[in-house]
Amino acid sequence: MSSTVSCRILNSARNHLATFQGGRRLYSRCISNRNQSKWRLFSRVPLTLKNSSPCGGFALRKAYRHTSTEEEDFHLQLSPEQVNEVLRAGESAHKMIDLNSAVPNSVLRFESNQLAANSPVEDRRGVASCLQTSGLMFGIFDGHGGHACAQAVSERLFYYVAVSLMSHQTLEQMEGAMENMKPLLPILQWLKHPGDSIYKDVTSVHLDHLRVYWQELLDLHMEMGLSIEEALMYSFQRLDSDISLEIQAPLEDEVAKNLSLQVAFSGATACMAHVNGVHLHVANAGDCRAILGVQEDNGMWSCLPLTCDHNAWNPSELSRLKREHPESEDKTIIIDDRLLGVLMPCRAFGDVQLKWSKELQRNVLERGFDTEALNIYQFTPPHYYTPPYLTAKPEVTYHRLRPQDKFLVLASDGLWDMLGNEDVVRLVVGHLSKAGCHKPDLAQRPANLGLMQSLLLQRKASGLHAADQNAATHLIRHAIGSNEYGEMEPERLTAMLTLPEDLARMYRDDITVTVVYFNSDSIDAYYKGS
Amino acid sequence: MFYRLLSVARRQRTSPGWQNWSSMRSNMSTAEAQSIALPAQAQVVICGGGIMGTSVAYHLSKMGWTDIVLLEQGRLAAGSTRFCAGILSTARHLTIEQKMADYSNKLYHQLEQETGIQTAIVDADGRIYIRNWQGGILSGGFEKNPKPIFTEGKNQLEIQNLQEDWDHFEPLLSSLLRRMPELETLEIMKLVNCPETFTPDMRCIMGESPVVQGYFVLAGMNSAGLSFGGGAGKYLAEWMVHGYPSENIWDLDLKRFGALQSSRTFLRHRVMEVMPLIYDLKVPRWDFQTGRQLRTSPLYDRLDAQGARWMEKHGFERPKYFVPPDKDLLALEQSKTFYKPDWFDIVEAEVKCCKEAVCVIDMSSFTKFEITSTGDQALEILQYLFSNDLDVPVGHIVHTGMLNEGGGYENDCSIARLNKRSFFMISPTDQQVHCWAWLKKHMPKDNNLLLEDVTWKYTALNLIGPRAVDVLSELSYAPMTPDHFPTLFCKEMSVGYANGIRVMSMTHTGEPGFMLYIPIEYALHVYNEVMNVGQKYGIRNAGYYALRSLRIEKFFAFWGQDLNTLTTPLECGRESWVKLEKGMDFIGREALLQQKQNGVYKRFTMFILDDHDTDLDLWPWWGEPIFRNGQYVGKTTSSAYSYTLERHVCLGFVHNFSEDSGEEQVVTADFINRGEYEIDIAGHRFQAKAKLYPVTSLFAHKRRKDDVELSDLHGK
Repeated sequence: MSSTVSCRILNSARNHLATFQGGRRLYSRCISNRNQSKWRLFSRVPLTLKNSSPCGGFALRKAYRHTSTEEEDFHLQLSPEQVNEVLRAGESAHKMIDLNSAVPNSVLRFESNQLAANSPVEDRRGVASCLQTSGLMFGIFDGHGGHACAQAVSERLFYYVAVSLMSHQTLEQMEGAMENMKPLLPILQWLKHPGDSIYKDVTSVHLDHLRVYWQELLDLHMEMGLSIEEALMYSFQRLDSDISLEIQAPLEDEVAKNLSLQVAFSGATACMAHVNGVHLHVANAGDCRAILGVQEDNGMWSCLPLTCDHNAWNPSELSRLKREHPESEDKTIIIDDRLLGVLMPCRAFGDVQLKWSKELQRNVLERGFDTEALNIYQFTPPHYYTPPYLTAKPEVTYHRLRPQDKFLVLASDGLWDMLGNEDVVRLVVGHLSKAGCHKPDLAQRPANLGLMQSLLLQRKASGLHAADQNAATHLIRHAIGSNEYGEMEPERLTAMLTLPEDLARMYRDDITVTVVYFNSDSIDAYYKGS
Repeated sequence: MFYRLLSVARRQRTSPGWQNWSSMRSNMSTAEAQSIALPAQAQVVICGGGIMGTSVAYHLSKMGWTDIVLLEQGRLAAGSTRFCAGILSTARHLTIEQKMADYSNKLYHQLEQETGIQTAIVDADGRIYIRNWQGGILSGGFEKNPKPIFTEGKNQLEIQNLQEDWDHFEPLLSSLLRRMPELETLEIMKLVNCPETFTPDMRCIMGESPVVQGYFVLAGMNSAGLSFGGGAGKYLAEWMVHGYPSENIWDLDLKRFGALQSSRTFLRHRVMEVMPLIYDLKVPRWDFQTGRQLRTSPLYDRLDAQGARWMEKHGFERPKYFVPPDKDLLALEQSKTFYKPDWFDIVEAEVKCCKEAVCVIDMSSFTKFEITSTGDQALEILQYLFSNDLDVPVGHIVHTGMLNEGGGYENDCSIARLNKRSFFMISPTDQQVHCWAWLKKHMPKDNNLLLEDVTWKYTALNLIGPRAVDVLSELSYAPMTPDHFPTLFCKEMSVGYANGIRVMSMTHTGEPGFMLYIPIEYALHVYNEVMNVGQKYGIRNAGYYALRSLRIEKFFAFWGQDLNTLTTPLECGRESWVKLEKGMDFIGREALLQQKQNGVYKRFTMFILDDHDTDLDLWPWWGEPIFRNGQYVGKTTSSAYSYTLERHVCLGFVHNFSEDSGEEQVVTADFINRGEYEIDIAGHRFQAKAKLYPVTSLFAHKRRKDDVELSDLHGK
């Protein structure tokens, strides 16, 4: 029941307009702070409105059943329980089980959640463990211009990484199995949220391309496989090039063909972490972010960023772009804080409009695709002289985990737009301590019933009681429900959750968060053992 | 399973008892670990040594069964019994539950004069109870937001080691301190968080498994284990020793459930609704809100779109009534009442239409079996299992009881003879498991005798009203007048384009009309045709509330409500449905012969309330005491407002208790007729006219003078 109810509430919440008249001030911060769409000029035209022209800025369209203009006087008040149901619909959590008790896992558990603003949601996430090598992978994929690219990357990237890490011998076994039509060795174990979808139709094509990749790896004759840095670096670029090549090569299957086109003409930023023992690698391309929550010996908490946002506010990215393109383009490569004036992140998968030459784009699209039906918007930005302008090459960070590294937060920019790094650490720490004091200790227990009651009522009033079990939910709740002073405002939270579908994206982006908790004891043991 | 929270508070921490208990417990378990070897076999093996297991063992040994092995994984009474608050309640919702609680109370007093039974205070609004406990108080309750857990594969210790959850307990603590503010200074001893078992309908599960003979169950006490322990153990012990308990326990019978109620998701959702109801007021005609829309007729969506409001029986959705588009009903919470309900006018309109034009009621939930054989086996076994004579010409329908050895009703059905060797049997909805088990138990193992549950194969539409005949003849191009189609007749015919519809001339209400048993793929077609053609005859949808009013005003008893395993056909005026001389023995015949000779000790009677104001007075629902000349003589079993008589009608059994000894005496028609009656509704007595036969003027549309469908079954 819970899932159906939450769906219902989710829909009704999305489809109805909240108490807008009095509540407008609630959004002031969001409106002033945010550029609403990652793609400025590439705003998607919903399928139902094929013939209207794309408009600049944020798309305000009447494309869904209930929109802001239809029901201006509609008041919808969600109860706290309903708010929780909406917030928790995307929750998933996993506790790691140590298969090999001699080597305890450095990851204790992870908690993840997702809240959509786009309809359908354009963020994706993935968690999987490598079965032929050791290590856990966590990924956040933030799509733009549709969800096709984010979906494809979330499904495929981990396979590329896992294959890159395989030893020569394992790769030979894989190849042998393929040749003899025998079952493949299992590559990944996915730890999925039940709602996470998967493209089933084209997996065989994808497998073929993955195979070509490992065949090339085999040709390198590297006994131990690539290093993790190399693996991440190659996998990102290889997958992006496969995405780009798949649509240039003639494809027979109509479904696969159309899908490949959608994947290539939409985009996705990606941030993924690979954890193996104390070795933490983070690869990032775009404006998703990964941070570490660190507790020093004196008990103080701090934040250690593991990625740099690849956007116009990053000086090294600016200089990279200028370096890669002729000086004549210095003034046009970033316009209004956007790459060529259109795209906010300056690294991403897909987006062949910013990678291919004009001729190639034209050639591919002239092969008779129904671009309107496929929701593809053919577009050449101004000042498009020396493509490619965009790359999926990741920045890879290595961090050797220490016992004081308590948790890792990976999230799409929907979260970071609303909360700073320190806020996020503070909230996760608060969440941890609340979860801890959920079981009052006998020693610290209030002496009598009256005191106990007042303590419990305090906990209830501060919302601790309804405490999100899931740290990701806690972060999302605060991201959209906190006011300018970082205080939780229930009315604001409700209003943000009851935004009509066509308005939601103006006030918030898709938010996807994964919080990974480390096992300090086992990390400690690594150091003592070595 | 649920958390139940008890807060144990005590004035002094130093007093012994509780603290020592846990250590004592661990010592005990080590000692018990080296126990004696189990016997290889025993007459009875009881799994579980809580209050239920020990009670059954106690009563079995009282009845002379002594070869009993009682298995317990921990210590005796160490499961949920251990954490019970020791509270006995004496006011229960159901008659059988009241009897079990009363017996338990007496038993506990008798077992130990000083059992420490004290008064407990229950604050139903605050959902809490409070009692004295070892110099302090013990308080717990039933929260509104229970957390279900399932415990398969977990051992007792795991379940008992649930962590305390103070935040979850806060509402109960707050209502405790609101009721008794002085208690806030009490020191906290312990918060006990223990699971309890709950069932989908808030009643315990008792009885023999329908699939494994000799396997008895007594479980799911809905946290009233202590209250019911003595009585429940006694009834189950009787059941095991004698083959049947001394009371009617159908409300608790394991067989009221089937596999269909065993989905984990269903249980999870339903028990979360059930638990908070423990301290809620039980109002009449309450429907559970969770675990719904499991079994539905193919017409469900059509009917729902036309305003149907639904109730559920055995997982099947059945229409109660149809709310007209221009009418608003009260919100669910506001609709709870013991007075005139908000659907009164709606049902009135439906009843009126049944009387004057024609209504259609979807009655697909009925249990439907087919019994077929290659030779005479089907007839033979049915003649043995049923009291009426089933050797009737093909096409005839027989109303008959399925009786037990005592002559009581195990089931009450209509059986149509489809051909020489094949019978179609219609029983109440909740008989699906019980009736199947009974038939299987008594049927010989014979490959040439086939019993099939065809419930799901047919959609049943009941066309009630004087114009039903017109609708049907127009749709079938066949004359449907009584001359061509007498009452209680069954014929396969075509309706609209659909062929092979089983049309039966009976309506379960005493009104003229037809039941159509339609293979489900034709259901929508036939329904559409009936509604189209019926338009000019004023057809409309109706629901079970209208049906109920119609059948009760005609004195039709209903199995499960009025009739049960301890009532015989002779006690409810159904002599004509019993053929004692049909030429062969049948189950219950001996008992009925004896009863015929000796007379009956209770008699099913209809009461028409005289001075009851429908608008202002509390309504009778069921279970109201009946007084004859000021003496208590029994209770009502069902009641309804008759829109035709413009009076309330109650049905119930009248006893004749001796004024001196209280012993039951024979009840004669004379005894019934020569009394002044009153029905007591919540302390107010209303005058009532007693009747042993239905009001003849109600049968305005008699099809044939002597062939009135005089009494019927599965209404409600």
